[in-house]
Amino acid sequence: MLATLGKRLLTVIPTLIGVIIVTFLLTRVLPGDPAVYFAGPAATPDSIAEIRKGLGLDKPLPEQFVRYVGDLAHGNFGNSLSTGRPVATEIASRLPASAELTLLGLFVSLVIAVPLGILAAVKQGSWIDHTCRVVATAGVSLPVFFTGLLLVYAFYYQLGWAPAPLGRLDAFASAPPQINGFYLIDSLVTGNFEVFRSALSQLILPVATLAIFSLAPIARMTRASMLAVLASEFVRTARASGLDTRTVIITYAFRNAMLPVVTTLGMVFSFLLGANVLVEKVFAWPGIGSYAVEALLQSDFAPVQGFVLTMAVLYVVLNLVIDILYGVIDPRVRLEG
Amino acid sequence: MKRREFLKSATALAAGTAISAPTIFSAEAQSRKETLLLVSENGPNNLDIHGVGTNRPGYEASWNCYDRLITHATKTLPDGSLSYDRDKFVPELAEDMNVGDMSVTFKLKKGAKFQDGTPVTAKDVKWSFDRSVTVGGFPVVQMKAGSLEKPEQFVAVDDTTFRVDFLKKNRLTIPDLAVIVPSIFNSGLLKAKATEKDPWALEYTKSNTAGSGAYKVTSWKPGVEVVYERNDAWIGGKLPELKKVIWRTIPSGGNRRALMERGDADISFDLPAKDFVELKKEGKLKLVSNPIGNGMYSLELNVKSAPFDNEKVRQAIAYALPYQKIIDAAMFGHAKPLFGGPSNTVSTIDWPQATGYKTDLAMAKKLMAESGAGPIESTVSFDLGDAVNCEPMAVLIQEALGEIGIKLAINKVPGANWRSEMAKKSMPMMVNFFSGWLDYPEYFFWCYSKLNAVFNTPSYVDPAMDAFIDGAYAAAAVGDKEKYATDVKGFISKAYTDVPRVPILQPYLNVAMQNNISGYQYWFHRQVDYRKLVKG
Amino acid sequence: MTDTLNAIPPVTEKPALSATPAQPKPEHNSMLRHARYVMSENPVTGLAFFLFALIAVCALIGPYIVPHDPLASDTASALQAPSWKHWFGTDQLGRDILSRVVVATRLDFIIAITSVALVFAMGGLAGIAAGYFGGWTDRIVSRLSDTIMAFPLFVLAMGIVAALGNTVTNIVIATAIINFPLYVRVARAEANVRREAGFVQAARLSGNGDARILLGHILPNIMPIMMVQISLTMGYAILNAAGLSFIGLGVKPPTPEWGIMVAEGAANIISGEWWIALFPGAALMLAVFTFNLLGDGLRDLVDPQRRT
Repeated sequence: MLATLGKRLLTVIPTLIGVIIVTFLLTRVLPGDPAVYFAGPAATPDSIAEIRKGLGLDKPLPEQFVRYVGDLAHGNFGNSLSTGRPVATEIASRLPASAELTLLGLFVSLVIAVPLGILAAVKQGSWIDHTCRVVATAGVSLPVFFTGLLLVYAFYYQLGWAPAPLGRLDAFASAPPQINGFYLIDSLVTGNFEVFRSALSQLILPVATLAIFSLAPIARMTRASMLAVLASEFVRTARASGLDTRTVIITYAFRNAMLPVVTTLGMVFSFLLGANVLVEKVFAWPGIGSYAVEALLQSDFAPVQGFVLTMAVLYVVLNLVIDILYGVIDPRVRLEG
Repeated sequence: MKRREFLKSATALAAGTAISAPTIFSAEAQSRKETLLLVSENGPNNLDIHGVGTNRPGYEASWNCYDRLITHATKTLPDGSLSYDRDKFVPELAEDMNVGDMSVTFKLKKGAKFQDGTPVTAKDVKWSFDRSVTVGGFPVVQMKAGSLEKPEQFVAVDDTTFRVDFLKKNRLTIPDLAVIVPSIFNSGLLKAKATEKDPWALEYTKSNTAGSGAYKVTSWKPGVEVVYERNDAWIGGKLPELKKVIWRTIPSGGNRRALMERGDADISFDLPAKDFVELKKEGKLKLVSNPIGNGMYSLELNVKSAPFDNEKVRQAIAYALPYQKIIDAAMFGHAKPLFGGPSNTVSTIDWPQATGYKTDLAMAKKLMAESGAGPIESTVSFDLGDAVNCEPMAVLIQEALGEIGIKLAINKVPGANWRSEMAKKSMPMMVNFFSGWLDYPEYFFWCYSKLNAVFNTPSYVDPAMDAFIDGAYAAAAVGDKEKYATDVKGFISKAYTDVPRVPILQPYLNVAMQNNISGYQYWFHRQVDYRKLVKG
Repeated sequence: MTDTLNAIPPVTEKPALSATPAQPKPEHNSMLRHARYVMSENPVTGLAFFLFALIAVCALIGPYIVPHDPLASDTASALQAPSWKHWFGTDQLGRDILSRVVVATRLDFIIAITSVALVFAMGGLAGIAAGYFGGWTDRIVSRLSDTIMAFPLFVLAMGIVAALGNTVTNIVIATAIINFPLYVRVARAEANVRREAGFVQAARLSGNGDARILLGHILPNIMPIMMVQISLTMGYAILNAAGLSFIGLGVKPPTPEWGIMVAEGAANIISGEWWIALFPGAALMLAVFTFNLLGDGLRDLVDPQRRT
């Protein structure tokens, strides 16, 4: 098991090297000149050159790259040019905000989409099937930022049911002591229910936005794989031997149909992380997506590089976990490189 | 001169009595009452204006957390709103200012303390001024505007006496001491934080405040929020009423408006003209709006790139712009027109004032024909960060110039690249806003001057223009009003006739507040001063 | 890495639609019949085909049938709610939103089609080659696609557009690149299954070269399944362009494009001018919706489970 895991990890290395190189090159061709940006509104050519030297941007690209990789090897993601803060701490403090939002969004989406998918498959071709399909597809057809703004308009501005879109907490509430950075968990552990409620209510709209967006791929996947399983020999056999439909669907079909769904989850998760960038902007959410967008628009290399690397590692780890999970659900599947 | 009559009486303000809070409210209600929730599109990237690349919101943190030796008095404008008084200075950390022929001497207030409790001495002032002319970048340039260039100019005479020696006479020297840059830093603390690579401890002040100001930053999450707490020992003025200020970054403009309309935020700063006009009409919130002094939106033409090197082409463009449409559609009628004046040869020194251009297509076509320029294809650029105003202007300009045979593409430049694009001076045409802190026409005109700094986007350099500008500076320094007026009228008329930039409008700075907020004041730096705000 | 994209149950050895002369005619007819059957049985798919036709017509003749010039400003009638004169209302500069929405169809359609064509040419072919040849070709293509996949995709698109400039071409290129891994995976899996299939071996035995087998035999054979992917990513391309517009990297003004109209109009929802964002939003939604349903419908067409 360990050996296969090791082998599996080895295949990841070229991917990561590729990510590092591409990110480095991409950030260097960004059109903005950070030196000019940071020289301020009244810059002269001399002051710009001075700042460029200070930032190490006067060195040739290969040299900058070697320095960058060297820093990475020491676990140093560098400092943001714009805020001067170490990228690593900034990402560490913002990652939980994005993770809490995305995981909760994924969870809500699963809870709705999987039953929808099963229902659609069981009642294939009926109006239920069509409705499920139309509803799920409609959700993925709207740009996420638009869905988010519409939800804010309806549930905050018009109805006043949702709290103000001010980020993770009401402005007057203070964050719970950091344990793992998930406000919901931290506040529960420390018994601060006031903060728990505030954090939960702030999460409702952004989570709904993400869930609406990810219904379709999960429901579609569930439906397709349920259909495939329902038509298979062993389900037919189970049916033929007189088991009631409920048992057949839940015990036999569902478990087998979940395999491909679990595999898609990895993709849906990375899809959601992308959508997150926009959702965070709408809800003033202090996550890493909004951090990366700001940095990218400021040609601030280090945060963009740090963000991309973190996400790449996260993605790789997630797929690894899914592969392992896959093996647990279906013992026939062995971990392979 | 007015600034000689330094208001000693204003020190009396400093002895403001602290208000004893009634104890009947619950702690929560009390804290909400004394806490201000401010929302804006962007937050600071640095808490120190001396820092490398500090953005405009960063200036706000510096303004409220540090003191200057002197500041401006407050005046009430005809519409009842408050504004800084350009011509009247009052003490902040200094209690006395004595302007001599070639120097100015300050006496520091007794009992002034930094937020860590150490007393403020003339040595701190000297260290801070040395810092501002040495760190490079924006602070150095801003100090230079007041002929404050060398550390030798700054003398700590004794613990409470500080003198600035003039390099030359310059009317802008004293006003330049009241801008944000010459803030007083805690030199003892910062020397301890300095390193060999960072002798001015810029790293420390980037995320910590080390001043004697009315507020200190207790928490800063870049891009999310800044939390300030009042410094109860502040003696720079009357003790502020607000104990705490929470400044949240809300990127979505619609959401900021929703927060205000639903009463969840106290102040939304720098509203788009559209929101201002509409909210004002609804009448539920308190809206304040002031024309931005010494500032204008203009269409800037790069005179180094053909065909805009042709004066006739530039004038044709100035006659083709759809001025009124721009004011109506882009600014919702809420802007001061800078067109349709009697003539391009101006007769007053008012600034900014209208050009003699107005939309006159026949004239524009005639000038185009005279210019001999063929069909023109070019690009008009603007800063994406200011798209709310610039994009509609650019679209209308594109449409209008199409009428006189100039085909334009529109280029949105992301905020961070905007400045590097300007520095390259390769953009042929820009819709841009420019303003100067020091509200004097000759200060504005450095963007036309031979220094050819980043903001001289048209790359316009002309010896006659420089003669006028230099002449105005010299005349102002010695108080020669007549010569000053001649030179100012000279450079304005020249700028309007040559039109390297076509003035369009002077915008307003708009603020929305809940009805229980008062004490908002307009400042030349266009940031919020929390010190006089009152809630309740 | 397990194949995370076997969204389509693997299809085994289905003869090419046109390339195999040995194919019996009745089979072809049954395909048509099947299509008719799927459509009649599934009204949603029928609707999707109808909407697709509508979009295609708008894209084709849109600019000639609109009531107003989509670029002409009329500041006197700015921000008007929908009326008889302006069915969808007007925007900040008084431009007719109906005309802009209709005219935008062509550009959005072009963005969708070209980005999909591009990624099909790159990813589809690379995937087929990887699946067919295996070995180093496979390794290189797979690593390349893994690398792209490991990026947060939307941020990669942002980075590409920010670096190359926000033109339609670059938006298309960025969309194509981030969809590359999807196409590689589907094409690779399908080609892999077929490399030893009877019809491929037959082709090989009759002296066809690899290129000919790939393009002439395998490609047409997996086309139906690729069509599903194509239809799904067309919708995604439009959404992607809209997302880019929201952060300011969309097409240049004053070009009408749904995404940028929604992104810019969204700021006006709170202030009550709902029509500025709603109509382009509805058009965008309808298009993406259509492409998605079309994908589902096409899947039903090629799904062996449905063919029994």
